[in-house]
Formats: sequence, structure tokens, C-alpha cells
Amino acid sequence: MTENDKASSRPTVAERSASAAITVEHLVKVYKQTRAVDDISFSLPRGSITGLLGGNGAGKTTTIAMIMGLVLPTSGRVQVLGHRMPAESAAVLGRMNFESPYVDMPMRLTVRQNLTVFGKLYAVKHLAGRIAELADDLDLTEFIDRANGKLSAGQKTRVALAKALINQPELLLLDEPTASLDPDTADWVRAHLERYRKENNATILLASHNMLEVERLCDRVIIMKRGRIEDDDTPEAIMARYNRTTLEEVFLDVARGRVNGVKEAAR
Amino acid sequence: MTELSLHRGISVHRIGAMILRYWYLLMSSWPRLLELLYWPALQVITWGFLQLYIAENANFFARAGGTLIGAVILWDILFRGQLGFSISFLEEMWARNIGNLMMSPLRPIEFLLSLMVMSLIRLAIGIIPMTLLALVMFHFNVYALGLPLIAFFCNLIFTSWSVGIFVSGLVLRNGLGAESIVWTLMFAILPLACVYYPVSVLPVWLQYVAWALPPTYAFEGMRALLIENTFRADLMLDALAINAALLVASFAAFLALLRSAKRNGSLLSGGE
Repeated sequence: MTENDKASSRPTVAERSASAAITVEHLVKVYKQTRAVDDISFSLPRGSITGLLGGNGAGKTTTIAMIMGLVLPTSGRVQVLGHRMPAESAAVLGRMNFESPYVDMPMRLTVRQNLTVFGKLYAVKHLAGRIAELADDLDLTEFIDRANGKLSAGQKTRVALAKALINQPELLLLDEPTASLDPDTADWVRAHLERYRKENNATILLASHNMLEVERLCDRVIIMKRGRIEDDDTPEAIMARYNRTTLEEVFLDVARGRVNGVKEAAR
Repeated sequence: MTELSLHRGISVHRIGAMILRYWYLLMSSWPRLLELLYWPALQVITWGFLQLYIAENANFFARAGGTLIGAVILWDILFRGQLGFSISFLEEMWARNIGNLMMSPLRPIEFLLSLMVMSLIRLAIGIIPMTLLALVMFHFNVYALGLPLIAFFCNLIFTSWSVGIFVSGLVLRNGLGAESIVWTLMFAILPLACVYYPVSVLPVWLQYVAWALPPTYAFEGMRALLIENTFRADLMLDALAINAALLVASFAAFLALLRSAKRNGSLLSGGE
């Protein structure tokens, strides 16, 4: 096979974009004087789980918000499930969903009422059955007819996850999905997400500060710092590159500007 | 929530889902329901007694029976119509639910249509008992206005929606720090729309401003009907034309403010 043959058998950028769940190209977001996201590019294949890591202000939430179409980029391109965002969002919003600490479910409505409203918005077929299934899967049955405002933080997180899964999304965007859960429930939610991904070939992008969660769930990690991508690889490769045994140590190295435990400036 | 939805089809199911959401909310709280009745009832009682007092002491008002109480009822249609629209919108901001809606397949036009339906439902809960109270206590039957009442109602409700759409866009763009506009903007219209007095009372230059506001036509039309027994269809048609322009302008402003909110990142914060 000649080099030309090899080149022609490789997928083009357009083909890669069409098969990818998310393609981000040279994305920039500037708020007045602040560059919240600074020229980032990545592509997530369908069926993958990717962790977006970074300290506060690293640009994770802004990146996810631009992917969702909640924030307009200053420049760059976002393509989701083969459609340009936000111009073609009508074609994809019904096929994706999200959970974020920046939004809540209406407090006065019961869990069942909330899921009914969102199920109808997403045109879920056999809605009552889907709600029963989610209640069973996420252990909501006990409080399904209780107002959302009367639930514990952990229960609310599970309800938000149920809302995020109501339409069986092909793409799931999660911002700190287990932040307020006890270790047992958090572990159980992670297992549920893993199972959901396998059964549905869903793509999951999650922003998290929980390194163990990312190590366990993600087959790829994107580390952000000050709006830029610092590293992008499998968890194992990143840990090897930083000569560390946990992602937490890598996170601290990146946050504090160290390489192999040595401050970059001192090297 | 996607922009430019008008030509892509409107989903009745999604509008129905939003109405269901507000219905659940309304039914979950009896103080909210009570409040819908409380203020209109208070208004009609206060102004009804004032009208009785004036009618006993002034020949003109004795002749123009019901203009004050009629004005109160029509003003409440305008004011509560806008509040009914805006409060449903604010519920989403207070609940921090706007991000969930924006990320759902719900389109802006569907969202706004559901708010319009809710304003009618909330208005009906407040205004129907108010009109019955006026009938029982002050023998003023607003329904005796007949078909013109429908023309007055439509013009007032269209204006209330235009204002509601515009202020919702402002809150979306500027967060809950702009909430006070929701409660106060309509009062800026009150003196210019000539609710309780004819347009001729205003200085000539201000009369031009008054005639640019559709509610002015409804209040003038009501007075013409009650005092001169004349239905001014020309006024209603003029008001309808201005209302159509206002609705289009307010929807365009809403989309522009939504876009600005997305540029500014306001949809993520939503607060002050």
C-alpha cells in the first residue's frame, strides 16, 4: 500500500466529524477581558466516556455549555451528533440530555410530575412505563410522589439523573454527577452510567473533580487549565507521562504547574 | 431551545407539557391560587365604592354609570394578563429550571405560547370572580357590553403579551436583577393609556404618545360605549394593527435578548 493509498483510506475531517459524537474545533470563548476557553479542539467517538478535568475556572463548564448551545462561542465550531451547534440544534436536542449543578428541577412539583413534564417535552413514548423503569433503576420509587424540594441532596441528584436519562439520550453531558452523593450511592450511580453506556452505545462527557470516578469510568481524559487543554489521552497514558500512579496526583501537578513533582519554573 | 422556530413547525405536545408543568405548580399551592383572586377582588371593591360615591355627587358620573368600574376591570385584564404571563416565566427563573428548558427540544415560540395560555388561565381564575363581584355588589354587568367586550379583551390581552414577552427577554438577558421591571413596566403605561380619563385630558403632544398605545383605544372605546352607546369599531381595528406590530417586535426583541444571553453566559447564572 502506497502512502497515497494509506492517506486515501484514512477518514477525512468531515467523515470523522460525522461519525463522532462531539467535534470541537478551535473553540474560543471570551467574556469581556477573560478568555474562559482558549482555542481548544477535540473529537469524541460515539460510545466513549470522556472525563473533562480541571480546577475551578479551567473552562470545563463553559466548554460543556457551548457544546449544549447554552453559550455561544466567540469563535470556533461545535458539531454534535453530526450537526452544527447551535444552528442545527433542533436536530439533536431531543437525542441528548444533561445534568448540571447550575440547574434545578422545579421544587414544588413531585418527582413523578417533573419526569412527566420532561418526558413529554422529549416526546418519550410509553412515558409511564419509562418513568417506572427509571424509578426502579435509580431507586426513586419510595419518594416518587414527594415534592422535589423536600428531597435530600442525594435524592435530588438521582432525580436529576433520571431526568437526564428520560429520553435514553445518545449523548449525555454530566457536570459533577456524583458531587452530593454518599460513597455507596455514588458508586452505584457510576455502575449505572457504565451499564447505560454499554447497553445504549451512548457517549458520555463528564466534568468532575472526583479523580477516582474519572479513573474508573473514563476511557479518555481531557485536562484543562486556564481555558486551554493541558493534556488529552487515556488515564493510564496520562499517569505514565506524569510518572504518577493516580489521576489525583496528576491533577495536582497540572494545577500547581509541576512536571514529575518538580515545579516547571524550577526546572 | 432552538431559535427561528416558526417555520419548522410548532409542537402542540411540547406546549401541552409546559401548560401541564404550570398547572401542577398552580395546584400545588393554595396561596398562589388565593392571590389570583385576592387583588382583583380588592380592586373592584375599592373602585366600586368610589364610583358609587361619585355617582351620588356628580351628574356626569351618574350619567356615565360604570365607566370607573369598567375601567378597573379592563385595566386588570391588561395588568393581570401581563403578570400571568410573566409570573409563569419567572417561576422558571426562580426554580433555576430555565437551563433545563433551553437544553430541551422546546422552542422559544412554544415556550411563549404556553406562557400565553397560562396567562389566560390565571386571568380567568382572577377576573371571572371579579366581574361577578361587580355584578352582585355594584350592579355593573361587564358581560352586558356584549361583543365589543371581546374586542376590548383581545386588544388588551395582546398588549399584555407583548409587554410580557419583552420583559421576559430582559430578565433572560440580565438575570433576576431585572425582575422589578416585570412588576413595574405596565404602570408606566397606566397614565398614558388613559385608563380613567379621556385622551383629550392630556396635553396635545402627549396625546400622540397615548394613541401609539393599543390599550388607549380599548379604554376610549369602552367610554364611547358606556357614555354614548356607540361601538367604535375603527378604534378596535387601529388597536389590532398596532398590537400585531407590537407582538412581532416583542418576539424579535425576545430572540435578540435570548441570543445576547447566550453570548453573555447569562443562562448559566440566571441570578443577579
